[in-house]
Amino acid sequence: MASASQPYLLDITPELAEEERLVHASAADFCRSRLLPIIAEHYEAGTFPRDLIVEFARMGFLGAPLEGYGCAGLNPVAYGLTMLELEKVDSGLRSFCSVQTALVMWPIFAYGDETQKQRWLPAMARGEAIGCFGLTEPGSGSDPGSMRTNARREPNGDYVLNGEKMWITNSPIADVAVVWAKVVEEGRPDPVVRGFLVERGMQGFSTPEIHGKLSLRASITGSIVLEDVRVPASSMLPGVSGLKGPLGCLTQARYGIGWGAVGAAMGVYERALEYSKDRKQFNRPLAGFQLTQQKLVEMHNAIGKSLLLALHFGRLKQRGKLTSTQVSWLKRDNVAMALDCARTARSILGGNGIMGEFHVMRHLCNLETVYTYEGTHEVHTLAIGRAITGEDAFT
Amino acid sequence: MKILVTTKRVTDPGTKIKLKADGSGIAADGVEFKPNPFCENAIEAAISLRDQHGGEVIVVSIGPDEADQTIRSAVAMGCNRAIRIDGNDGGLDGDLVARALAKLAESEQPDVFILGKQAVDGDSNQVGQLMAEYLGWPQATFASAITVTNGGKSAQVAREVDGGIETVEVDFPAVITADLRLNEPRFASLPNIMKAKRTAIEVKTLADLGVETTLKVRTTRFEAPPGRQAGKKVADVADLVQKLRNEAKVL
Ligand SMILES: Cc1cc2nc3c(=O)[nH]c(=O)nc-3n(C[C@H](O)[C@H](O)[C@H](O)COP(=O)(O)OP(=O)(O)OC[C@H]3O[C@@H](n4cnc5c(N)ncnc54)[C@H](O)[C@@H]3O)c2cc1C
Repeated sequence: MASASQPYLLDITPELAEEERLVHASAADFCRSRLLPIIAEHYEAGTFPRDLIVEFARMGFLGAPLEGYGCAGLNPVAYGLTMLELEKVDSGLRSFCSVQTALVMWPIFAYGDETQKQRWLPAMARGEAIGCFGLTEPGSGSDPGSMRTNARREPNGDYVLNGEKMWITNSPIADVAVVWAKVVEEGRPDPVVRGFLVERGMQGFSTPEIHGKLSLRASITGSIVLEDVRVPASSMLPGVSGLKGPLGCLTQARYGIGWGAVGAAMGVYERALEYSKDRKQFNRPLAGFQLTQQKLVEMHNAIGKSLLLALHFGRLKQRGKLTSTQVSWLKRDNVAMALDCARTARSILGGNGIMGEFHVMRHLCNLETVYTYEGTHEVHTLAIGRAITGEDAFT
Repeated sequence: MKILVTTKRVTDPGTKIKLKADGSGIAADGVEFKPNPFCENAIEAAISLRDQHGGEVIVVSIGPDEADQTIRSAVAMGCNRAIRIDGNDGGLDGDLVARALAKLAESEQPDVFILGKQAVDGDSNQVGQLMAEYLGWPQATFASAITVTNGGKSAQVAREVDGGIETVEVDFPAVITADLRLNEPRFASLPNIMKAKRTAIEVKTLADLGVETTLKVRTTRFEAPPGRQAGKKVADVADLVQKLRNEAKVL
C-alpha cells in the first residue's frame, strides 16, 4: 500500500539565516521558471543561451559572493545555495556563472589593483563584460606547473605573450581572459607564473571554439591562442605570483562545484523518484520493488550527507577556516556522488532515461566533465592522500 | 504616489498539507510557506507604478514573527518600507483583517491600496472589498491592468469578467485587488535580498491600531477532500460510450 511520500528526510532550512532562505527561494524560482524550460533544447542544439546573461546579471548571480562593485556580497552558504539551484538545472549553466564569478571576477577582486577592479568588476556584474580563465594547455592539464605559455618583458615595460590555452569555458564569447603565463623576472633563476588580463581586440589574441563536445553542451568551450600579444604592464595582476595564483581561484570555484553537484544529484534523484512512483511494471509501481527502493535510498542518503558536508564547510569558509584540502574533499566526493546518482537514476528511468526531455542523461553526460575539470577526481584524491599521510604521490 | 500593498504568508500550494487529527486546523510541522501569489502581483504592480510615477511603496502583512521572511522578500522585490501587524491566523478573520488594514490606511493615507484578490490558503476573497467599504473608498477588484489617469488623481482598471474585459475608473484614494494576469512578478535579486536584510520592519499590534478583535466568522472544522476513487478501465470504444451513457450519464 502506498502512503504519503516524503522525498527528503533531511531539511537544512532550520540551519539557514533568513537571507540565506530568501536567496535560496529566489534562486530556485528563477532556475525553475527561466532555465529549466529551455535547457533541453539548447543542450541538444549545443548552444549556450546567451540571452540569459542579462537575466543572470539582473538576478545578481555574476559575482554574487563579492562585496561592493555592484555585487551582492553573499556569504558562502547563500552562494553555495545559488550554485546548487543552477546546477540542479544544468552543470553547463552553472559553469558559465562559476567561471565569471570565481575564476575571473574573484582573481580581479583578490589579486587586482583598484583600477583593474573598477574597470572590470561592475561591468562583469552587469553581464556587459564576459570573462574566461586560461590555465589548461594542450600539453598541461593536471600538472599546470608544466605550462608553456610565457610572457616576455619588453624594455618599455610591456609584456609579450605567447602560447596556447585549451578547454577554456566561455573563451569564444569572452571580452577579457585571465591568462596564466610564465615570466622570467630579473634576479630570479626560474620563471614564475603570473596572471594577465588579456582583452578581446588585442593583436594576436584569438579564441577558436571547440566543437563536438558530448558533455556540457550548453556551455561554450574554446581555446585561447596567443601570438605575440603585447599587453601593458598594467594588465598584470599585481597581487599574486606563482601557482598559488590560479590555484587560489580554483579553490573558490571548486567550493561552488561542491554545492552545485548536490543540486545535480537532487535533480536526477527527484526525477527518478517521481518516475518510479508513476511507472508500473508487473502490476506495481517501480517504487514498490525492493531493488528500486535500494537505489532510491542510496541516492537519497548520499545526497543528504553531501549537503551536510557542503553546509559544514560553508560555515567554516564563512569563518575563514576552510582549507584547500577540505575543498578538494568537497569537490571530489560530491561530484562522484552526483555521477553515481545520475547513472542510477538513468537506470531507473529505463529507455526514457536516455531522452533529453527527462533531464537525466544530460546531467550524466555533464557530470563526466565536472568529474574532470577543476582538478580531476584522481588529483583531488592525491591531494587528500598527501594531507592525511604526509606522503606526496603526485610524481 | 504613495502606495500601500499587502503580502501574506500562505502554505505552499505546491506541497501536500495534513490536517490536525481533530480537524481544528492544519498541522504546522513540515509545512512550507510562500508569499501569496496574488500578493506578489499586487507588489509588482505597486513597484512598477512607483517607478513610473515616483513616490513610495509600503508593504504590510498581518502575521506572527515568522512572517518577517515573507515581508523581507517583498522589500527585496523593491518596497520602500515594511510594517507587520502582529497576529495569528487563528485569531483573525477576513473582517478583522479588513478593519485592521483600514485603520492603517487611515493613518498612512496612501493614494492607492493594492491587495491580492484573495489568499490562496483561505480563498475567502473578502478583504479588499470589506476594507474599501470600511474606508468609504472606491474599489476595483480582479485587476488585470492598471493605468494611472488625471495626473495621478485616479486610475483606470481593467477587470477580467466572464466573456470579456470591463474597464472602470476609480478616483484616489482607492482600493485595487490584483489578479494573476495583471503582471509577472519579478524575482527578488540577490543584491536586493542583502539590502532588504537591513530594512527594519515596523511592528504594530492590533491594539496599537485600536481595532476590536472579536471575530465575526468562526471556523468550526477542516475536512480533507475524499480520496480519489480508482478509475475504470474500458475494453474498447463501444464499452466507453456505453459506460458514459449508462453509468456516468453524461451522454
Ligand atoms: C568542458 C571543459 C571545460 C573546461 N574549462 C576550463 C577552463 O575554463 N579553464 C581551464 O583552465 N581549464 C578548463 N578545463 C580543463 C580541465 O581543468 C582539464 O581537463 C583537467 O585539469 C584535466 O586535464 P587534462 O584534460 O589535460 O587531463 P590529464 O591531466 O592528461 O589527465 C588525464 C587522466 O590522468 C589522470 N592523472 C593525471 N596525473 C595523474 C597522477 N599524478 N596520478 C594519477 N592520475 C593522474 C587524471 O586524473 C585523468 O584521469 C575544462 C575542461 C573541460 C572538459
